[in-house]
Amino acid sequence: MALVLNEDQSFIQATAAEFCASKAPVSAFRALRDNPGPAGYDEDTWRAMVELGWSGITLPEAVGGTDFGWQAMGTILEQTGRYLAASPLLSSVVLGASALSLSENRALAEVVLPQVVDGTVRLALALEESPHHQPYGAALTATASGDAVQLKGEKRFVMDGGSAEQIIVVARESGAPGDRDGLGLYLVPREAGISAVAEKLADCRAYARLTIDATVPASQRLGGAELLDAVLDRGRAALAAEMLGAAQAAFDQTIAYLKERKQFGQVIGSFQALKHRAADLFGEIELARSTVLDALSALDEGRDDAALAVSLAKAKMGEVLHAVSCEALQMHGGIGMTDEFDIGFYMKRARVQEALLGNQAFHRSRYAALAGY
Amino acid sequence: MKLAFTAEENAFRDEVRAFFATALTPELAHAGRHRTSVYSSKEHALAWQKILYDQGWLVPSWPEQYGGCNWSLTQRYIFACERARAKPPALSPMGLSMLGPALLGCGTEAQKTHYLPRILRGQDYWCQGYSEPQAGSDLATLQCSAVRDGDHYVLNGTKIWTTHAQYATHMFCLVRTGTFDRPQKGITFLLLPMDAEGITITPIRFVSGAATQAQVFFDNVRVDASQRVGEENDGWTVAKYLLEFERGGGASAPGLLEAAEDLRTLAAELPDAERSALETRLAGLLTRIEALEIAELQALAETERRGSPGPGASMLKLLGTELSQALTELQVEALGTYGLVHQPGALAFESNEAPIGPAAGLTTVPFYLNNRAATIYAGSSEVQRNIISKAVLGL
Repeated sequence: MALVLNEDQSFIQATAAEFCASKAPVSAFRALRDNPGPAGYDEDTWRAMVELGWSGITLPEAVGGTDFGWQAMGTILEQTGRYLAASPLLSSVVLGASALSLSENRALAEVVLPQVVDGTVRLALALEESPHHQPYGAALTATASGDAVQLKGEKRFVMDGGSAEQIIVVARESGAPGDRDGLGLYLVPREAGISAVAEKLADCRAYARLTIDATVPASQRLGGAELLDAVLDRGRAALAAEMLGAAQAAFDQTIAYLKERKQFGQVIGSFQALKHRAADLFGEIELARSTVLDALSALDEGRDDAALAVSLAKAKMGEVLHAVSCEALQMHGGIGMTDEFDIGFYMKRARVQEALLGNQAFHRSRYAALAGY
Repeated sequence: MKLAFTAEENAFRDEVRAFFATALTPELAHAGRHRTSVYSSKEHALAWQKILYDQGWLVPSWPEQYGGCNWSLTQRYIFACERARAKPPALSPMGLSMLGPALLGCGTEAQKTHYLPRILRGQDYWCQGYSEPQAGSDLATLQCSAVRDGDHYVLNGTKIWTTHAQYATHMFCLVRTGTFDRPQKGITFLLLPMDAEGITITPIRFVSGAATQAQVFFDNVRVDASQRVGEENDGWTVAKYLLEFERGGGASAPGLLEAAEDLRTLAAELPDAERSALETRLAGLLTRIEALEIAELQALAETERRGSPGPGASMLKLLGTELSQALTELQVEALGTYGLVHQPGALAFESNEAPIGPAAGLTTVPFYLNNRAATIYAGSSEVQRNIISKAVLGL
């Protein structure tokens, strides 16, 4: 297990920090919140990220990627999380591209992945049909007829589902919703019969309800539940890395405020009641950081306990981000409640990050099942 | 707690329940159910206030000569439970629950005679000018100054986090009239009209998106000296007396129990992976809410005996607000993504915008976010703990 960044990863981290601070700071997210473009993120910023090679970090050189791996991707997402930088990294590069790169459908992957790397195609994963994360909950039907498959149903809260050119649809081929068997993942071009309606959540990122009535060649099938689990685990670990950046940013801003705000003739950071809580949070963030790094390196090393490590990281990181975002606001007092101050953004983003791809309860339960309880 | 009611008390409960069922218009019922903070809009609060006033049930705990009901503690408890069940709009507390009791305790006869009926009839709509940018938790260091000039005080400075300042006709506020050995001394409690010359109001947008609070600026605002409550430089006594009512004057448990009951229904529909964990946490909260309910009933009796809630109010404020936040945490979680929906346009009465999820989800996030202030306003949880350790425990 590698818990220290290597030279490449450190370089990528430094580049990402510099890029986000100058090109995608929190003020840019605020502007986007007030005037969201058609995609819900700034497309020029996204193109700049593509030029930096971020869309190919985890992909092999054969499709134009750099194959730096999940730890490298984690360092980037930690920075986008820190600055609340909106982009389709998670939807398209992490979830979408993984579904292709891990697929046995090499023919399709070899066509589409280079387009993801060069930014001409954005992907999204259409999974959920209810307000709770249910990986095997798909009821959307896949009906085979000759060499074609008809997909019919509805997907909810699809991350960047309104802007992606191609959607990976999780469909039910047989069995009942909840069954792990009988799932199929299909790559569906938007124009094949997908309509989107925006579903706005507290974090003001782009989510969509997709109504799907599309017929695609059977060769668009990418895989089944095994592929889905592997894709989701990459998504969860990457999201946990983004959450780590958010928790660190909210914590840093709060510590700075504790050193600056004066009441009762002294800085409020001198009060023991607050000092001890800050020290506890510091320890919790370090614990969460360890679990996130371990999950990312488990994916890089192809460890057989990767799923366990990922659920541990998502559960722990969710718990810590929750606590940090609440304490950050409480310690800021009244000023923390204002829209003018950034700290509230972290709370709103945190609640959504916690819920996406499985909340704390989901991952504790999955961890217990994987650990044999 | 299941109190055993007498036949008369049961009849009273039926009467109150029937009243709520018929008195709430569809619009007021919608406003009550779609409340996104502890405040309803001024319009809905005053409309509901008028209905309660006409019924004679607006201020049950006040002395009868000023509009009180002379109800027993059990009757007041029954009323609080039925109100929690019916979910009417929230009354604006600044006049009815804060200034009213303060004037009853510390006001002159002229002030009581003039202001109390106007508060009850909704002719005056009050806001509270306590906090300042540099005087939040450390309220006693407030700097907004009032200098005596003949029969008037001349005010300069600012107040912040003033709820509904932009809608209020009047403000009660704390101003600095002198500097002494202790910051608490030299503070004076004043009443003033919001249309006085020299007042400007800047609404403050909160994380929820709503602008319920404001900052108020005073530039040589003249206030008649007759509008002082209590003695000059002794306003802290009035302020503390009022704060006890703000912190401990109500019963929060009946509302929390209703919210917990709603949660139970939601939890039952959760996927297996999430259900049992949430139900265990909900049960844990329920035991604490039931305990709080008993404590609030005891506090009610104590208030009756001593005339004001006392420093024990800090404990109730602390427990009530922290439990309320814990419940809203579970609400967000139980509704999943539906509990994270941001759709302010669908909240209005007879809105044309279809909600993304169930209607209950529309208020979840705004209420959750606004409710984060509950452990900050009226003395943060940290301040309440300081008061308990000092005033109750002598530490």
